[in-house]
Amino acid sequence: MSVSTDLVPPPTARTTPAAGVVPLRRPGRWISAVVVLVMLAAAVRSVITNEAFQWSVVAEYFTAEVVLRGLGLTLWLTVLTLVLGFALGTVLAVLRLSGNPVLVGVAWGYVWIFRSVPMLVQLLFWFNIGALYPTLSFGIPFGPDFVSISSTNLIGPLAAVIIGLTLHEAAYAAEIVRGGVISVEQGQVEAALALGMGRGRILRRIVLPQAMRSIIPAAGNALIGTLKGTSIVSVLAVQDLLFSVQLIYNRNYLIIPLLLVATVWYVVVTSVLSVAQYYVERYYARGAARALPPTPWQRLKGRLR
Amino acid sequence: MSAATVVRISDLHKSYGTTPVLRGVDLEVRQGEVTCVIGPSGSGKSTLLRCVNHLEKINAGEVEVDGELIGYRRHKGRLHELKDRLITKQRASIGMVFQNFNLFPHLTVLENVVEAPIGVRGLSRAAAVALGKELIARVGLAGREESYPRQLSGGQQQRIAIARALAMEPKLMLFDEPTSALDPELVGEVLAVIADLAEAGMTMVVVTHEMAFARQVADTVVFLDEGRVVESGPPAELLSAPRHARTREFLARVL
Ligand SMILES: Nc1ncnc2c1ncn2[C@@H]1O[C@H](COP(=O)(O)OP(=O)(O)OP(=O)(O)O)[C@@H](O)[C@H]1O
Ligand SMILES: [Mg+2]
Repeated sequence: MSVSTDLVPPPTARTTPAAGVVPLRRPGRWISAVVVLVMLAAAVRSVITNEAFQWSVVAEYFTAEVVLRGLGLTLWLTVLTLVLGFALGTVLAVLRLSGNPVLVGVAWGYVWIFRSVPMLVQLLFWFNIGALYPTLSFGIPFGPDFVSISSTNLIGPLAAVIIGLTLHEAAYAAEIVRGGVISVEQGQVEAALALGMGRGRILRRIVLPQAMRSIIPAAGNALIGTLKGTSIVSVLAVQDLLFSVQLIYNRNYLIIPLLLVATVWYVVVTSVLSVAQYYVERYYARGAARALPPTPWQRLKGRLR
Repeated sequence: MSAATVVRISDLHKSYGTTPVLRGVDLEVRQGEVTCVIGPSGSGKSTLLRCVNHLEKINAGEVEVDGELIGYRRHKGRLHELKDRLITKQRASIGMVFQNFNLFPHLTVLENVVEAPIGVRGLSRAAAVALGKELIARVGLAGREESYPRQLSGGQQQRIAIARALAMEPKLMLFDEPTSALDPELVGEVLAVIADLAEAGMTMVVVTHEMAFARQVADTVVFLDEGRVVESGPPAELLSAPRHARTREFLARVL
């Protein structure tokens, strides 16, 4: 769910018709709205009144310390994955656009592999890396090693999860950033070149800020996907939000209400992110339209006046 | 008194793939002179301008601005392309104005103008802003510093694009059909700014279809066709009494 895409404010029904003009009446609209509302009310009522949901238990565990700690880990993993994934993804996108056939090929190959391997499979690979490479060494390729560490000691479940999520995210981020960059008109780069600006500066000051307009919506989707995707780490017994509630319901068998605890938290965080995305998009829309769209808050105030 | 030569192009060849676009162009522009380049669509006018600030690589010949070879250095009788950093430096002193303005839409008018002076020339922000405001006023748009480009008319945008180029204090200005994307009633305001620059002694090469402007402002008019300079001379001669049949045909079509 995203509240963000309607940057163009819809024509509101508030335009007062000139005296003597009768607007077309649309009874069908009213009827369909009423039908939908009645169905919605029935669904909400059943969710609230069905004893099996056990809302009192949900309330009890909603802010339990274990749950909050799990939530903390989930958020931390999400942010870390986003930052590292987009950092690596931006590098990959730049390689992909570099025009150097070797670099282009490597970046393309990376995206191909990491988009092809399912997240869970990748995590299991990293978790079991010790079977593939018993020791990790730092040294000169094909030359002597300086340090050698046993990989099972180095890559515990949490590290496996961070590496796996980041590499996976980077593949998607690379495509998002590349899409944004190629959406910027070539004339922008030429104008900047003609002013004597260097490649790096053009990327930072001219291309990326404009690319943001198409990067942000896609990145918002990716972020929300990552937030929920982190729940996969529960299979490696990493104590994220989902694993925390699993720990509890394995003891007391209150499976449904505890899953609801996790669900409500995921919904809350996603909603906050969606709102944040709206404002970030609005920020990068500066100059794109003649006037910025009103924030929902401004729209509400205008309507109440 | 003969002024110094600012642009010297000799035997310039340029092709895209196997299609030759420029086939041996020679051109000289002196300090403070305005040269208008005219010619049919596809004759290579834009390509010629883009070779002058090395937005395009050339195949043969040479382009000099202020006595300095652009984009290449000569070594043992051959031309070697320069490092990006050096090319960048050469471009900084050559202003260019595009048909589609190419203002940076995410930056305000003032930010558009001060971006390169701060980032490329290394001016302090205060100095750049002072210079920027002065130039914005000079193109007649004082008070619009905080607008975004899309909030301006085409003519206003093009005037800001001129101010942006001037903020680099270039020794040469290149204009590629600066008024072709404009509604007829906006053409005049942009041409007036360019005429003012000519008055102030700026050296300029202007690709244009505005013959009245060329007649009034140009010192030299160059007629380009199929990648060659067919003829060049003072506007009074070239536009009123062209020597070549091809020039006559072209003028008959556009005048
Ligand atoms: N990047 C490119 N790749 C291939 N061919 C090109 C490229 N740019 C221009 N050309 C070709 O080179 C020729 C000259 O183009 P140029 O843009 O210099 O013409 P022009 O005189 O500026 O025309 P106009 O008056 O329409 O702007 C045209 O035939 C064009 O199709
Ligand atoms: Mg052209």
